[in-house]
Amino acid sequence: MADEVILLDFWPSPFGMRVRIALAEKGIKYEYKEEDLRNKSPLLLQMNPIHKKIPVLVHNGKPICESLIQVQYIDEVWKGKASLLPSDPCARAQSRFWADYVDKKIYDLGRKIWMCKGEEQEASTKEFIECLKVLEAELGDRHYFGGSNLGYVDVVFVPFYTWFHAYEQCGNFSIEAECPKIIAWAKRCMQKESVSKSLPDHEKVYGFVLELKKKFGIE
Amino acid sequence: MAKSDVKLLGAWTSPFVMRARIALNIKSVDYEYQEENWLVSKSELLLKSNPIHKKVPVLIHADNPICESLIIVQYIDEVWSSGPSILPSDPYDRATSRFWSAYIDDKWFPPMIAFLFAQEEDAKKAAIAQMEESLVPLEEAFGKCSKGKAFFGGDRIGFLDIAFGCFLGWLRVIEKVGGIELLNETKTPSLLKWAERFSSDTAVKELIPDTDKLAEFGKALPEFGKALQAKMRANN
Repeated sequence: MADEVILLDFWPSPFGMRVRIALAEKGIKYEYKEEDLRNKSPLLLQMNPIHKKIPVLVHNGKPICESLIQVQYIDEVWKGKASLLPSDPCARAQSRFWADYVDKKIYDLGRKIWMCKGEEQEASTKEFIECLKVLEAELGDRHYFGGSNLGYVDVVFVPFYTWFHAYEQCGNFSIEAECPKIIAWAKRCMQKESVSKSLPDHEKVYGFVLELKKKFGIE
Repeated sequence: MAKSDVKLLGAWTSPFVMRARIALNIKSVDYEYQEENWLVSKSELLLKSNPIHKKVPVLIHADNPICESLIIVQYIDEVWSSGPSILPSDPYDRATSRFWSAYIDDKWFPPMIAFLFAQEEDAKKAAIAQMEESLVPLEEAFGKCSKGKAFFGGDRIGFLDIAFGCFLGWLRVIEKVGGIELLNETKTPSLLKWAERFSSDTAVKELIPDTDKLAEFGKALPEFGKALQAKMRANN
């Protein structure tokens, strides 16, 4: 029986991008459904009644919610190809730890950079850079967080690369100047089709952020 | 495995630490336990083993530190694979367990901690309302996950039982101090019965702290929270 895979998503969402990359890495064919978040579809509300958020992965009619859970699900179901999590339990725990770290820090701090002004923006920018430096140190000399191949942490973190330009413009700073290895890593990831085809253009993302700022009355 | 190969840094008041201890009990792992007096100071070993978050629990296995309670539980499940399974084997069931565990950390835990740190009655009332609200979907989830059996995990305690059950100690304190029934016959009949079964399980019963002892400890939290807030404001 052929698998039926549907992804309910929203193009600028870094969480949705994680799932797109994972599906592409595994070569899974799926139907992409763009959601209008101001007018959520009945399918979205039915498949994710608790959080009513994207992304939602629907596999043979059954919904899976939350991007980290979705990526792990994809890795476990489509086992044969392109393993995202390592097989050694200690290495797996480390991958989970760093994915959790990205999840706890990057989105919220990035959001504060474009949503806030003055002291709060400055403080968030400073903390954001500190977090990137921690991740840079963790990456070390490796090609990817996953080692010689793209892994779980790479998939979880690289979507934010499309948002870097927006953060830099809003916060008036350069990520490359502060964390050159992170930029080098991100560009390496973008060499992979599974990543480059899953991520929107960063100017488009910046345009989206400017629209949001206008909508929220943030100058 | 020699006892000294497995060490757990913990705190008797922490539900997150309890998650790790329940998992170790399920797998019958011998381990050395080190109590951290986190209200006062953090040990060198803790700061070295968890430099990022500086929190308990930390599992140190053959000198490798593993941090974050749910990550530790999964690690224990994977390493001691000959013992009873903690996560289900089916990927969809695993995703469901993970979803509700994340839900508990996201929707149950914040109002619980808000209640314990609250200084004013209004804040306490609001926290209770949020806790009660968070239990409604969980009651329904129990039906779906347990499929008529005793626990979220089926016949035996599993990942989701551990993820939520660890909070029963504090839940009982809040019920006593707040004069309310968070788990009750009307709104959460399944969870009420499940809580009894969970607390009596051999892997769990020695670990749930005494309600009065925990309540006494809990009295210090609002002041501690106030001091912490003042410190954070001073640092900005």
